Amino acid sequence: MDDLLADFLTETNEGLASLDAALLQLERNPANGSVLSEIFRIVHTIKGTCGFLGLPRLEGVAHAAENVLGLWREGTLPVTPAGITLILTAADRFKLIVAGLEATGSEPAGDDAPLKAALDAAASGEVAVEEINAEAVIPAAETIAAEGPAEAAPAAGNAPQTIRVAVDVLEDLMVLVSELVLTRNQLMQLARAEENAAFSVPLQRLSQITSDLQDGVMKTRMQPIGNAWSKLPRLVRDLSHDLGKRIELEMRGADTELDRQVMELIKDPLTHMVRNSADHGLETPEQRRAAGKKETGRILLNAFHEGGHIVLQIGDDGRGLNTDRIKAKCIAQGLATEAELATMSERDIHRFIFRAGFSTAAEVTSVSGRGVGMDVVKTNIERIGGTVDLTSREHRGTTFSIKIPLTLAIAAALIVEAGGERFAIPQAGVLELVRVGGVDGPKVERIKDSAVLRLRGQLLPLVSLRQVLRLDHDAGAEAEGFVVVTQVAGQLFGIVVDRVFDTEEIVVKPVAPILRHITMFSGNTILGDGSVIMILDPNGIARASGLGLEGGTESGALEEAAATSRRSDRHTALLLFRAGPGAPKAVPLGLVARLENLDAARIERTGESLVVQYRGTLMPLIPLDHGIMPAETGEQPVLVFGDGDRAMGLMVDEILDVVDVPLEMDNAGLRPGFLGSCVVDGKVTDLLDTGYWLKQGQSDWFEPAVVSGARPRVLVAEDSDFFRNLIVPAIMAAGYDVTTVGNGRDALRLREAGERFDVIVSDIHMPELDGMALARAVREGGPWAELPMIALSGSASPADVERGREAGFSDYIAKFDRDALLASLQHCLQPMLAR
Amino acid sequence: MQTVPTNPSAESRLPTGAIASDAASMMLTLTVAGQPCAVPVLAVRDVLGVQAITRIPLAPREVAGSLNLRGRIVTAVDLRGRLGLPSRAPGEVAMSVVVEVGGELYSLLADQVGEVLTLNPEERAPNPPTLDASWKEFSLGVHRRDDHLLVLLDVEQLLALGV
Repeated sequence: MDDLLADFLTETNEGLASLDAALLQLERNPANGSVLSEIFRIVHTIKGTCGFLGLPRLEGVAHAAENVLGLWREGTLPVTPAGITLILTAADRFKLIVAGLEATGSEPAGDDAPLKAALDAAASGEVAVEEINAEAVIPAAETIAAEGPAEAAPAAGNAPQTIRVAVDVLEDLMVLVSELVLTRNQLMQLARAEENAAFSVPLQRLSQITSDLQDGVMKTRMQPIGNAWSKLPRLVRDLSHDLGKRIELEMRGADTELDRQVMELIKDPLTHMVRNSADHGLETPEQRRAAGKKETGRILLNAFHEGGHIVLQIGDDGRGLNTDRIKAKCIAQGLATEAELATMSERDIHRFIFRAGFSTAAEVTSVSGRGVGMDVVKTNIERIGGTVDLTSREHRGTTFSIKIPLTLAIAAALIVEAGGERFAIPQAGVLELVRVGGVDGPKVERIKDSAVLRLRGQLLPLVSLRQVLRLDHDAGAEAEGFVVVTQVAGQLFGIVVDRVFDTEEIVVKPVAPILRHITMFSGNTILGDGSVIMILDPNGIARASGLGLEGGTESGALEEAAATSRRSDRHTALLLFRAGPGAPKAVPLGLVARLENLDAARIERTGESLVVQYRGTLMPLIPLDHGIMPAETGEQPVLVFGDGDRAMGLMVDEILDVVDVPLEMDNAGLRPGFLGSCVVDGKVTDLLDTGYWLKQGQSDWFEPAVVSGARPRVLVAEDSDFFRNLIVPAIMAAGYDVTTVGNGRDALRLREAGERFDVIVSDIHMPELDGMALARAVREGGPWAELPMIALSGSASPADVERGREAGFSDYIAKFDRDALLASLQHCLQPMLAR
Repeated sequence: MQTVPTNPSAESRLPTGAIASDAASMMLTLTVAGQPCAVPVLAVRDVLGVQAITRIPLAPREVAGSLNLRGRIVTAVDLRGRLGLPSRAPGEVAMSVVVEVGGELYSLLADQVGEVLTLNPEERAPNPPTLDASWKEFSLGVHRRDDHLLVLLDVEQLLALGV
């Protein structure tokens, strides 16, 4: 009996989860017979099973609701919003009773008579009888006849290929895999010390299988974010009724997947933010009409992957934040003086809403504004290693962006040393590494006791790890070291360490209870060599150093400056390496998929060419210089281009460094395989032509990977030959048909010539007609008006992105971010590929 | 499965109870700065020789660091520090007595680990009133042995750190 009840509860919960959504769908489109059938089926199943299990309360309500639904289905009664509200109320009652059943095993006591009476009244047609009209009823009846059986047949034919697994089992599996990864790392470390050990080959296989297993188990934990959103349409509907506002909720990227543990943790903050947008963000229909906007306000949820993170945006087109009111409140609460506020950017002022106890709502409503607000949201998100930020424009709306890691179970961490001890810093928080001191490195400077570093014209506050952790402190020894540039809640700062080792995959384990009070650590882990290491918490370090406070006077400016200089046209991250005699070589880091040190023993020869088994396929290896022969033993450094199925490796002698330099090209196109040369750190460096080398690797590189009808056609507008040479191979390699033009004017000529494309990728700065003007011209009308457009630009600051969107771009990507560009293309073309 | 005893609890209680009380009176002896001490064997999970211990900055003084016990992270508490005794001279090594408290593993660092004894709880003498205040907190009583006194340590109290 217990098992039966448990099964019933699981099934009923699943049914109830889709019931709300289906009812809302029906409300929008009352003539949708298949949705109505689905609703009827869910309620009917509940009623039938509870009769069997002896649950009279649930059965009574379900029976009354089913009567109404039955009449709707027959077409005797029209579907009205009032009726939907009634059924929604019944759905709530189901949930209440089911929750009681789950908690105690028996139905909770309660009186359903009024609800049943209301349902019966509706069934007997007492409500809104006059609304019955022939036109609304007949199509509904017809659709049922047409779609009902069609809907049922496939459902019965293809039983879903899934089984239900208890979450605990998955969690245990994950723990075991984490341990396996650690043990594998340990073995690999041992094997490295032992040359030509008999176990090195099976160990390689074990390692590969472990990685695959890890991926596989991770996948079982992944769920589409849509699951966390399923309650929101109902929430928004109820809010719009309560608040007397008209709200439309749009959800994009609902199939974006993330770890269910992370999802559980963001559910509440997300709900809170949607509530906030509906309550504070959006205006009433009258206010909106007065402001010249559509009466219906819009809340947009968007989710997408970016690097190892998932980005969630919650935006509204409401009134935006009131900067003056925030200022007034800041002064009233003593958070900042008027003079300080005067020097702050609008965005920094907006960030004050993340401070504890800060709510700008003039009055507390039942929906939000209780003082537990954005600060709680921010704390919860930061606890899982995420960040939250906002952009807001008065009368245009507010958008919150949350960036969270995909999973909390396994993370990459940078291993550093300070005061003779090793520590791990989660890679997610590390922006860059700067070597300081020495003969010609930048120097750490001091203002009284505060250490700072000049980083691209800005002052970066520094925190000495030795000092905050009270390790053996010797001021003199800090003359040389590394600065780990970290960002916490919009605040950039540097952590000074003595040495930097490499990165390792770590499994975060909680620290023992007797150490939990130390906020500098977020956990501990076991490294490949078997030693225990503490994991630093940049949030805790920032707080301990007085840096974590949101909206420090210069933090915003510093961050913006750093962001633009990191991404600016003038600076490009180049991977420097040595291959053959002559000048060092370089390739923009964004074009390289991965760097690998392959075990030389794994390189195989097939005829003239070299291949290696790589991630389950054979990857061709090309020597960048004919002089390079693969190492006989030890490791062969390889730059990997392409992805999964179509990878190609370039063998080089040695990987030197990653530098951020202004890219100015000379001697363009003198030698095949190179775009030209540039000066890096005072040395002439040859810049690789990736397209050339990809063709060397696989003659069919630019053929589509999968033979599928037609390849998506991409129009690339880009004036610089150099960038064209970089971008086009990457796009072609991904299986697109690419046409290039030098400016917006030429692009529009193609439109007039009747050319058709599936997506446009455009540079922003171009002669004759720039990207913004091109986007506006495309959107004005004509055959291209609906095409997705992706902007490519050196600077992708939030303000730029905003301008791009206004001009009509669908997405905005930083140049050299190959992965982001390909992901965006895929995203834009999804509807087309689905066809 | 086939035979179900009419009253299983009455039949099984006696023998298990006897074993439990036997085990409960078994103590592992260890030496901290020359002082013989004992901890209940039931709490002990492992005894380890010299281990690589990672120091934990900002941790309470008594916490020596953490170590890796077959993939589990164990926090090491130095009994010398905890009992207010002088710290080990350089070169002197410590043994780890791994105990489990509240689902977490801890290592108690002692100078030597001795044998397992069965001590009759009735022979245990209460703490002498003159016992050092820093010991009273952790001592459950004293056992008289032929040539020395054995202090019975309260493991949970020893680990009630930083709370």
